[in-house]
Amino acid sequence: MDGLKVRDLHVSFDGFQAVDGVDLDVAPGDIRFLIGPNGAGKTTLVDAVTGLVKATGSVHFGDKELLGRPVHQIARMGVGRTFQTATVFEELTVLQNLDIAAGAARRPWTLLRRRKAIPAVVTDALETINLTTQRDQLAGTLAHGQKQWLEIGMLLVQDVPLLLLDEPVAGMSHDERDATGALLGVVSRDRTVVVIEHDMDFMRSFARTVTVLHAGKVLSEGSVAQVQADPRVQEVYLGQGTRDA
Amino acid sequence: MTSTVERPVSAPPAASRRRFVSKAPLRAGAGLAAAAVLLFAVAPVALSDFRLSLLAKYLCFAMVAVGIGLAWGRGGLLTLGQGVFFGLGGYAMAMHMKLADAGPGQMPDFMLLYGQLDALPWWWAPFRSPYFALPATVLLPMLVAFLLGSLVFRRRVRGAYFAILSQALAAALAIFLIGQQGTTGGTNGLTDFQGFFGYDLDDPVNQRMVYFIVAGSLLALLLIARQLIKSRYGELLVAVRDSEERVRFLGYNPANVKLVAYVVAAGMAGLAGALFVPAVGIINPALIGIVPSIEFVIGVAVGGRATLLGPVIGAVAVAWARTTLSEEFPAAWTYLQGLLFVLVVAFLPGGLASVYRLLKERRHGRA
Repeated sequence: MDGLKVRDLHVSFDGFQAVDGVDLDVAPGDIRFLIGPNGAGKTTLVDAVTGLVKATGSVHFGDKELLGRPVHQIARMGVGRTFQTATVFEELTVLQNLDIAAGAARRPWTLLRRRKAIPAVVTDALETINLTTQRDQLAGTLAHGQKQWLEIGMLLVQDVPLLLLDEPVAGMSHDERDATGALLGVVSRDRTVVVIEHDMDFMRSFARTVTVLHAGKVLSEGSVAQVQADPRVQEVYLGQGTRDA
Repeated sequence: MTSTVERPVSAPPAASRRRFVSKAPLRAGAGLAAAAVLLFAVAPVALSDFRLSLLAKYLCFAMVAVGIGLAWGRGGLLTLGQGVFFGLGGYAMAMHMKLADAGPGQMPDFMLLYGQLDALPWWWAPFRSPYFALPATVLLPMLVAFLLGSLVFRRRVRGAYFAILSQALAAALAIFLIGQQGTTGGTNGLTDFQGFFGYDLDDPVNQRMVYFIVAGSLLALLLIARQLIKSRYGELLVAVRDSEERVRFLGYNPANVKLVAYVVAAGMAGLAGALFVPAVGIINPALIGIVPSIEFVIGVAVGGRATLLGPVIGAVAVAWARTTLSEEFPAAWTYLQGLLFVLVVAFLPGGLASVYRLLKERRHGRA
């Protein structure tokens, strides 16, 4: 298993430094939460790692440099991600969604033929995300929570060693949140995971380590307890959160 | 507005859509079989020689439509320039037929007539050989599409920009051909063909043969399109159409996925153009420029772009309506066609192919 090593990462939009010299080390097998107020640069950081926005500095996954490569190559190197709003292929069935996610390494000849049998990983994923009965339903007709699960299922079958999850429980009911947490527990086995999340309860029950970003810089880093005890963090972010709670 | 809001309540879209998906393969197979019977058994008996050769012309348009259905309906590539590939295939075939008519070592009649040239241009020469010209009718458009598509899709030109670019290309080719009167026949194009691989084109029997070649080719293209749509590639193409970015994060390069559909569509248009020449007896810039390119797309939209047979039905229906109505009301046809397009886009985005499903959903809703 590989870890993620980010050094001196800068992303600027028209002169505005969205990510301003971030260093980040995520150990192999870690579950790292990225938190911080709106505009702290969390999503931009993930965008930079996955090749969606241009960045300077360096991003190593294992011993491979990710920066400067196109998105699909970074994905092939073992980096998977989800988005704030669940993006599944709405005009395709649940099965087709998963099958596509499982097939980036397929040869052209395989692609030009029909699916003869359902790949075992897809069947397993259907079980795991509890969508077996919805297998042939169009993804667009799923409930919001089910779409999120489908997206997690797509990560499962994509079978990448590094996962970057952008607000996986946003907009979910309490029950859905618990189910998603259990799912993420399955997915993060033997993988390195980075999660962006606003939900503090979710973070406390799930995070191993936490990095707090503020105005494009790393403000604090450590275990959940360490970060919560950091007065600077309380000032910009957690302070408000704990008061509300 | 109210009716669209109410419909999901009376007919749950999940259930009806699911049924549509599971039955679709069966229907497409039955549709293909019905099309084969119509084209090979019914039409040759029921239609006069004149009508049959008109149908051959419409079926050539339908071949272009099958490709557009794949590239636009499935891949989201609104290509307003299929006339380019239709033209490349058509001119490649026409050049060969002109040279074959002229005989070994001779120049085509129109070149002698215009009298600007002492010798055959070098780029005409290879088309004398049928072994070069025939494959070229399909491979040349595919090569052009490959080069263009590689440039355009990798730079992530899409949507309206792609549509405008493809249309500009159609205009450019037509203008170029008009300017090359001496070597391409200019506005007149290439016409007055006597033979088609040794068969006299004035003989009605041979015209029927051309019809059967066209009909057979259309069916072959439908089978290819069907295989592509039902393959894993076809599913991937829809995924690229609906969320290119997401596909990229799964490790695919969407540019390559689109490129395949674009190149296949170009090859289909090329074959259509090649067969149009013996079927209709002419190819000229007016047949391949912006207007015919848009008409191809209108046919596909009217028929239903995302289905297999919809584009064929639409292309034949629009071409037939054009012939019939423009005989009666020559001035009104253009407006009618525009109106038809607007009506379909606004009220029937799934085209004629979706009427059956809509009616069924409505009935389901009432029951």
